[in-house]
Amino acid sequence: MADTTDLRKGFKLVIDRQPYIVVESQFVKPGKGQAFFRTKMKNMMTGSTLERTYKSGEKLDKADTEERTMQYLYPEGDVRVFMDTTNYEQIRLSNEQLGDNVYYLLDGTEVDVMFFEGKPIGVTPPTFVELEVVSTEPGFKGDTSSNTTKPAELETGMVVNVPLFVNQGDRLKIDTRTGEYVERAKG
Amino acid sequence: MSTAPGGRGERAWFDSARVERLRERAAILREVRAFFDGRGFLEVQTPLVVPSPGLDLHLAAFEVATDAGPRWLITSPEYQMKRVVAGGVARVYQVCKTFRREELGALHEPEFTMLEWYDASEGASAETTMAQTEQLVAALARARSGEAACEVDGRRIDLRPPWPRVRVDDAYRELAGCSMWDLLPDEERFFRAMVERVQPALGAERPVFLTHWPASMASLARLSPDEPTLALRYEAFIAGIELCNGFDELTDAAEQRARLERDQHARREAGLPVYPIDARFLAALEEGLPPCSGNALGVDRLVMLLTGAACVQDVLAIPHARL
Repeated sequence: MADTTDLRKGFKLVIDRQPYIVVESQFVKPGKGQAFFRTKMKNMMTGSTLERTYKSGEKLDKADTEERTMQYLYPEGDVRVFMDTTNYEQIRLSNEQLGDNVYYLLDGTEVDVMFFEGKPIGVTPPTFVELEVVSTEPGFKGDTSSNTTKPAELETGMVVNVPLFVNQGDRLKIDTRTGEYVERAKG
Repeated sequence: MSTAPGGRGERAWFDSARVERLRERAAILREVRAFFDGRGFLEVQTPLVVPSPGLDLHLAAFEVATDAGPRWLITSPEYQMKRVVAGGVARVYQVCKTFRREELGALHEPEFTMLEWYDASEGASAETTMAQTEQLVAALARARSGEAACEVDGRRIDLRPPWPRVRVDDAYRELAGCSMWDLLPDEERFFRAMVERVQPALGAERPVFLTHWPASMASLARLSPDEPTLALRYEAFIAGIELCNGFDELTDAAEQRARLERDQHARREAGLPVYPIDARFLAALEEGLPPCSGNALGVDRLVMLLTGAACVQDVLAIPHARL
């Protein structure tokens, strides 16, 4: 059993049978009063945030989680199939569970799959991925410094804002933490 | 090399920004002493290892093994300073270390610096030490930056006296949406509302004194003669941060003994260590403590607020995490 001394950023706990990760935790104690931990948490399945104030010393239910590196194989209707290349075990996650991360999955992409009580609940893609532009307005020659952007659709269906010089067929580096364009991929 | 506070080398830890904050801290402490010396207060140093660390239900003390048996590090120098006042020194102050277990966070260190003073001059009351508090903080800010203001998270706070005085119950009615009496006697509900709703909103534009606390939360304070469910106790808050705790002191020895015995009982009931009652403190009250008011102010928090530091650890040479 864990308790409030474990309430640090990154600690994972179970509330109402759902896994949460601590985003922020602050020790507060009025001089003549009880000690509390004011805690901000994120639901690891839905992404929604929750604020809770725990009394110091309160028992917590530590989440049984595990992360495993797996390879993305292919889509199968509304789900995506991943494989652990060390033992060929396959797991399935729905597009809903994956959220925006579906846009970062290409054949063979390696991701970290999060398991909660033995069941997969989501993935963390690589921080940067390279994706090809399948359609965008033609670029303007010489315009490399402008602040203006235009939308571009990438091979996974994702639409990002890109500088005007980007063309169809370019490969782009995307930051998966923000979902934003970083630069044109070299070579 | 690790970037954790505990892992960095001294050269990296004592960077120019930290050394500058330590210089400011030293300057603030000089101003504090000048303020009290200039008003006829005597600076004293009382023992840190004592026979009773205080009986507050929510304070945990460090036990020390001594030749005289178990003793404790002070959680506040209150008992000893009141003995000095009972001895005839009407105005007395101290800057010392105090120690509280299980307290660690951006505003808490298990070992921290306290400024505590007592005023027993003619007619002194809680209003006297409140006025001294606001004058002191404004004077420190002026000495540092030329104006009586400080900045917290990019917001300017006007420190000019007088600071508003608000009754605790009025603050609860405004910020927690109910009377404090609706939450008491369940102390946990009272304090939960305090840390979630009341305290974060206090002193956002100017500091505020919360006055008239429930009698049960002020073992060493005089009760209001008109409203005996309330103690003549106050606290100052700046930007949601509790800065000090002061009161009109209880001078009645019999009443004090009864309250300390009640506190011991509460600690026993809660399964907490039951510290002794300080006999010499009670004897001093019996001999005669003149009417007086005292205040205890957290120096690390004050320096943090005045210098714009993010946490108390940033205004310390070596915080707990680097021991």
